Amino acid sequence: MSEAVVENTPRRARRPWLSPLNRRRWQNFKANRRGYWSLWIFLVLFGLSLFSEWIANDKPILVSYKGEILFPVLVAYPEEKFGGFYAVTDYRDPVIRDEIDANGWMIWPPIRYSYRTVNNAIPDAAPAKPSWQYDADQRCSQYPQKAADPDCIVGNWNWLGTDDQARDVLARLIYGFRISVLFGLILTAGSSLIGVAAGAMQGYFGGWTDLLFQRVIEIWSAIPVLYLLLIVSAILPPGFFILLGLMLIFSWVALVGVVRAEFLRARNFEYVNAARALGVPNRTIMFRHLLPNAMVATLTFLPFLTSGSISTLTSLDYLGFGLPPGSPSLGELMKQAQSNLNAPWLGISGFIVVSLMLSLLVFIGEAARDAFDPRKAFR
Amino acid sequence: MSEILLSVSDLSVAFTQGGNQSIAVDHISFDLAKGETVALVGESGSGKSVSALSVLKLLPYPTASHPSGKILFQGADLLAMNEKQLRQVRGNKITMIFQEPMTSLNPLHTIEQQIVEILKLHQGMADRPAKARTLALLSEVGIRDPQKRLDAYPHQLSGGQRQRVMIAMALANEPELLIADEPTTALDVTVQAQILELLAGLKSRKGMSMLFITHDLGIVRKIADRVCVMTKGKIVETGPTKDIFANPQHAYTKHLLAAEPKGKPPAANADAKPVMTGKDIKVWFPIKQGFFRRTVDHVKAVDGIDVTVRAGQTLGVVGESGSGKTTLGLALARMISSTGTIQFNGRDINQLTFNAMRPLRRELQIVFQDPFGSLSPRMSIAEIIEEGLRIHEPKLSPNERDDKVAAVLKEVGLDPATRNRYPHEFSGGQRQRVAIARAMVLNPRFVMLDEPTSALDMSVQAQVVDLLRNLQAKHDLAYLFISHDLKVIRALANDVIVMRNGQIVEAGPSQQIFENPQTDYTRALISAAFKIETAPVGIVSE
Repeated sequence: MSEAVVENTPRRARRPWLSPLNRRRWQNFKANRRGYWSLWIFLVLFGLSLFSEWIANDKPILVSYKGEILFPVLVAYPEEKFGGFYAVTDYRDPVIRDEIDANGWMIWPPIRYSYRTVNNAIPDAAPAKPSWQYDADQRCSQYPQKAADPDCIVGNWNWLGTDDQARDVLARLIYGFRISVLFGLILTAGSSLIGVAAGAMQGYFGGWTDLLFQRVIEIWSAIPVLYLLLIVSAILPPGFFILLGLMLIFSWVALVGVVRAEFLRARNFEYVNAARALGVPNRTIMFRHLLPNAMVATLTFLPFLTSGSISTLTSLDYLGFGLPPGSPSLGELMKQAQSNLNAPWLGISGFIVVSLMLSLLVFIGEAARDAFDPRKAFR
Repeated sequence: MSEILLSVSDLSVAFTQGGNQSIAVDHISFDLAKGETVALVGESGSGKSVSALSVLKLLPYPTASHPSGKILFQGADLLAMNEKQLRQVRGNKITMIFQEPMTSLNPLHTIEQQIVEILKLHQGMADRPAKARTLALLSEVGIRDPQKRLDAYPHQLSGGQRQRVMIAMALANEPELLIADEPTTALDVTVQAQILELLAGLKSRKGMSMLFITHDLGIVRKIADRVCVMTKGKIVETGPTKDIFANPQHAYTKHLLAAEPKGKPPAANADAKPVMTGKDIKVWFPIKQGFFRRTVDHVKAVDGIDVTVRAGQTLGVVGESGSGKTTLGLALARMISSTGTIQFNGRDINQLTFNAMRPLRRELQIVFQDPFGSLSPRMSIAEIIEEGLRIHEPKLSPNERDDKVAAVLKEVGLDPATRNRYPHEFSGGQRQRVAIARAMVLNPRFVMLDEPTSALDMSVQAQVVDLLRNLQAKHDLAYLFISHDLKVIRALANDVIVMRNGQIVEAGPSQQIFENPQTDYTRALISAAFKIETAPVGIVSE
């Protein structure tokens, strides 16, 4: 029927990517300059930290050896390849370096240390001061040829000094930032998935479902998480995913309240009744009509949830119940700073990174809250 | 004419949002003499409420601004006053009553607290005289047994009583001017008549002036001395009420006056096939008390009602709010559980589960009252309309679905090219058309219309009524039309049942009900709706 009408009107191709409501929210978000810039800074930092191996590593990015192009960051080549006999190549070893330089070339990352690389040539006892605090002779005093040594270059600087095991602080910060943010994001994603699902069920069905769930949650959230973590870490070997799982078991409760409230409020909205009258199944109603309502509250919460889980991870690491020893963790750096008060660069750099990360997340959270505030639109 | 109390001259109101300025009120001027009632009439969006709010500077400044104009009250310019001076005027010399009495009263304070607070604040009264004055005010606004009502919370009062309390609060300081912003729109017709009578009486007794904002010309005729007709932010016509009604000059005024729902319902045909039959339908909500939540009694929302809706015919259900008419409709549509037999197309459906009902939902559609609430703000018009198609005709390709959506939009009088827009871009009437299209796209046999015109402007109501009548004739639809608005019922329904407290008071062909009502209750409803007259005490709720 009415073919003519349909022909001269475009089909849904014209649909904008963001609905007008979301576009207005994005405008509101952008209007909060601090939050907007925080988001970009955070995204850039996080994006860069995902490529930590290419920024700070004890392996070169690219090696040309005897006409062959090698990728040491991605592939572990045995030392046999370069005439040695260890299973893993130590590219920082002068012998290997000379061998490769004689038969080709290497491209190094800007920082030639990974988070666990021990610098054998620090001028002082560990923890050593940042390299720019020494003059050239001091800085390279431990190399065989002193200042004339081929290793006495900017790439081998410890920009923020070393920790008490002679590992580069900057490299550990870069890797530590990544692991903290990833932990925070995965934990947030996981707990919001469970929390939203649980809250949605309770809010939508109400009645006994709601009552039982609420009581279970009350009891559940009364369990002291820290002590449980201490006990479990005595039994299970500590690790990223065990820690994540343990935290997840308790952190999903955070979102249940808001989502449940939104579902309770919205389940009797007239458009929800209208959908029910059309025969739309419960599952579809929950996803299509109710979830968008709850998403506002959820999204507003997410940055705060992330920053909360990051600080929990950091404090666990600080107490020594977090990630396994040797992991690049910010909390462990703090602990070192505490026991090495003579090395302020540990504490200062750790503090700056943690506070920067948390402030960025809180600023983003503030801007998100502004963006979803319906009254904000009129101001 | 006597002394001028309020003089609005050349007033404009602009709203700024995101750099865009929109003019809500455009250079209006009107005067209000002492003891006079002036009505500002217009449809929604005409700027009438904004004009009234700017008299007390109650707009959200600085989003709102006044590019031009003066508001002189007793010679002083209200717009030039600072907050402190304004507080001397607000609630003191000029008071205001609003449309929604539930949200205008603080739900956590008793009636006494709310009125006494005003007396203490503005007149510095002590506790005892303030209480005595509160009692006097409450009896003045016609609240019976005011002594008992002092400790009541707003939710314990009916809508009419709440509005009376609001009026008592407005009168507490003996104002010179009362601004009434649609004070009866949220009320039943019967209660509306009582409130209007009260306002008119108070005005003449106290010698107040009144600025009355409304969209309802029937009220204007009843209460106003002079009328200002507003549209699109401008006053297009001003004059004494009688002149305006007898001899309207401006095209818009004529359009408003002609906007009553007209036309005749389909001829009653007792031989038409019954589509929906309900027998002895009861919806009882238990009242539980005590530790074990024993059921001690029931709220009988619908108490044993028989209905028959035939193909191509309309059954109108009328009654005051709380009479159970919507509950009856929802029970028939199986949206809430009920006892009794419900037969749809000859099939007994009252025992079917939600999943078993699903195939039948296609032929059994509902159009809800509030076109703003019944459309999801996050879905485009096309998505809203095709939601039912996705469930009931899952085999359709996206293009076929799109064609159906376009066709049904055309049928309800909307441009199919607008189907990718979102509900907020449409007016109330257009939204209600979308809601109707959502029901019609499934080709239903039976449509339950729950006050589909109540939230709409008068002229839009008439259009929606025409649309519904045309659709009914074209598709041989059976309508269950629920409304408290007897004008709309008269234009659409060929059979009417009058409900009160969950029971049928009177039932019959609509002609008989309207021309020869048998019960006092029906007579009261009719005179309140058509003549805005009150009934003797006790027949209708207050």
